[in-house]
Amino acid sequence: MQFGIFTVGDLTADPTTGQTLSEEDRIKVMVTVALKAEEIGLDVFATGEHHNPPFVPSSPTTMLGFIAARTQRLMLSTATTLITTNDPVKIAEDYAMLQHLAEGRVDLMMGRGNMGPVYPWFGQDIRNGIALAYENYALLHRLWREDVVDWSGRFRTPLTGFTSTPRPLDGVPPFVWHGSIRSPEIAEQAAFYGDGFFHNNIFWPKEHVQRMVDLYRRRFEHYGHGPANQAIVGLGGHVFMRANSQDAIREFRPYFDHAPVYGGGPSLEEYMEQTPMTIGSPQEVIDRTLSFREIVGDYQRQLFLADHAGLPLKTVLEQMDMLGELVVPVLRKEFAAMRSEGVPDGPPLHPRVTAAETAKSTEQVAAVAVA
Amino acid sequence: MSAPAGRSLVVVSAGLNNPSSTRLLADRLSAAVDRHLRDAGIDAGAEVIELRNHAQDLTNNLLTGFPSPRLQAAIDAVLAADGLIAVTPIFSASYSGLFKMFFDVLDRDGLAGKPSLIAATGGTPRHSLAIDHALRPLFAYLNAAVVATGVYAAAEDWGRAGLDADGSLVERIDRAAGELATAMITRPHEAPSDPFETPVPFEQLLGSTTAPD
Repeated sequence: MQFGIFTVGDLTADPTTGQTLSEEDRIKVMVTVALKAEEIGLDVFATGEHHNPPFVPSSPTTMLGFIAARTQRLMLSTATTLITTNDPVKIAEDYAMLQHLAEGRVDLMMGRGNMGPVYPWFGQDIRNGIALAYENYALLHRLWREDVVDWSGRFRTPLTGFTSTPRPLDGVPPFVWHGSIRSPEIAEQAAFYGDGFFHNNIFWPKEHVQRMVDLYRRRFEHYGHGPANQAIVGLGGHVFMRANSQDAIREFRPYFDHAPVYGGGPSLEEYMEQTPMTIGSPQEVIDRTLSFREIVGDYQRQLFLADHAGLPLKTVLEQMDMLGELVVPVLRKEFAAMRSEGVPDGPPLHPRVTAAETAKSTEQVAAVAVA
Repeated sequence: MSAPAGRSLVVVSAGLNNPSSTRLLADRLSAAVDRHLRDAGIDAGAEVIELRNHAQDLTNNLLTGFPSPRLQAAIDAVLAADGLIAVTPIFSASYSGLFKMFFDVLDRDGLAGKPSLIAATGGTPRHSLAIDHALRPLFAYLNAAVVATGVYAAAEDWGRAGLDADGSLVERIDRAAGELATAMITRPHEAPSDPFETPVPFEQLLGSTTAPD
């Protein structure tokens, strides 16, 4: 199973100091978090894509390319890539280029975006959100699989004899996830293609998450990609830890109360009860995360939110250390022990990545033998 | 057509006090609808949703995007009902904010075609047209099947004015209730469709060229 960090890239004042980072510093924090993810043995770093303040990451492949150059084994991903307002041709090109530079360590997650004005800023209409996601992805899917594409659709200028370059690395397109919080149409889309489905369940009650994932699994099987329990599922998670639960709650509360997405609504306690947010000890985080499996079945990727809401970098790095030392090793072991026969332990990897991993473990075996 | 089974009625009351004149009107309407349904040989159960009890959850739902389990139960009751009675006090020439919040968190199509009766209370009869200037357009937007008679009760209607035979409060309650009962009996009993149980297939969605409105 893969574990990783996803970041929204928000510029939020630290409510305890009133200080807001510069855009430059915030971008560097995102990079530091990514490098730290590799250092502590996590598998994935995924960046958001936004085109409005207070968010900084508008150009995901620029950032992921920079991170690719400074990491060896971290998977680079997105949460999410806007399939509605980006030109699918440009997505095909950008992520194929990134795939070459990162030697296959790339997958990406399609999302629609939820900020109304972004659609007209990019010449689209939010009422076409689902239709855009369907049509644009259908084109992207072909551009990565057919060398020469003739295409016409409703939203984009037609293509005749178009070849998207570079071609995917070794002819294998990046694995794609489709992320949606509330639209059954997107679970249906992920199932149709046999792609992954990611539910960013950090904002949602478990009953709802369960319905979305269950729909995806049933339809995955319906479209002939394999048994429902072998569909590729990812979940979000939002945690904040201290050795003592009460310390975690005391320290995190001002960030919760002032966070743009949480503030002014339910209390921290109500929110923790109704959503998967877990503020407490590492053991509580382990228990809660393991319970996700009871809701959605065996799943393949767990992403945690770490840098957000104005938390200082030092705190974020402490959180990641706890994840790396105390939480993820236990989760890996426990999830592996519970996983049903035949269920993949992660999403499909590019053959280059699999080859590199095999070479590395062979080296390790050889090193052990020599020692 | 076979004899209709029982019918479920949900009453949404946005009164702020307990007891409130809004609830008083809601109860009178509910009892009158029940009487009309029984006269037609139909069992009706009425459930009352006091929005005051959901005020915090409604604010939270607007901010978080999801309802608490308790609010979800109230929403589900409205969506599943065969008929709706919606009653609000008139504040500043329109429905109250609390009343509007509830209808803001319902799915856009949640009330489509649902037989509904709109009613309001106010201090003076001078606000009675708020029924037709404020409530009726809201429910028209939601595509609810609103019955022709709306019921407005001013403070004075609870005294002598309510009893005058012609156009009195009692008479209007009975007329509106009769209209709602008829609409509930006529409309086929339908369970709300569940997009998770019966998803729209991919090919149909890909081929779709009509934008949702």
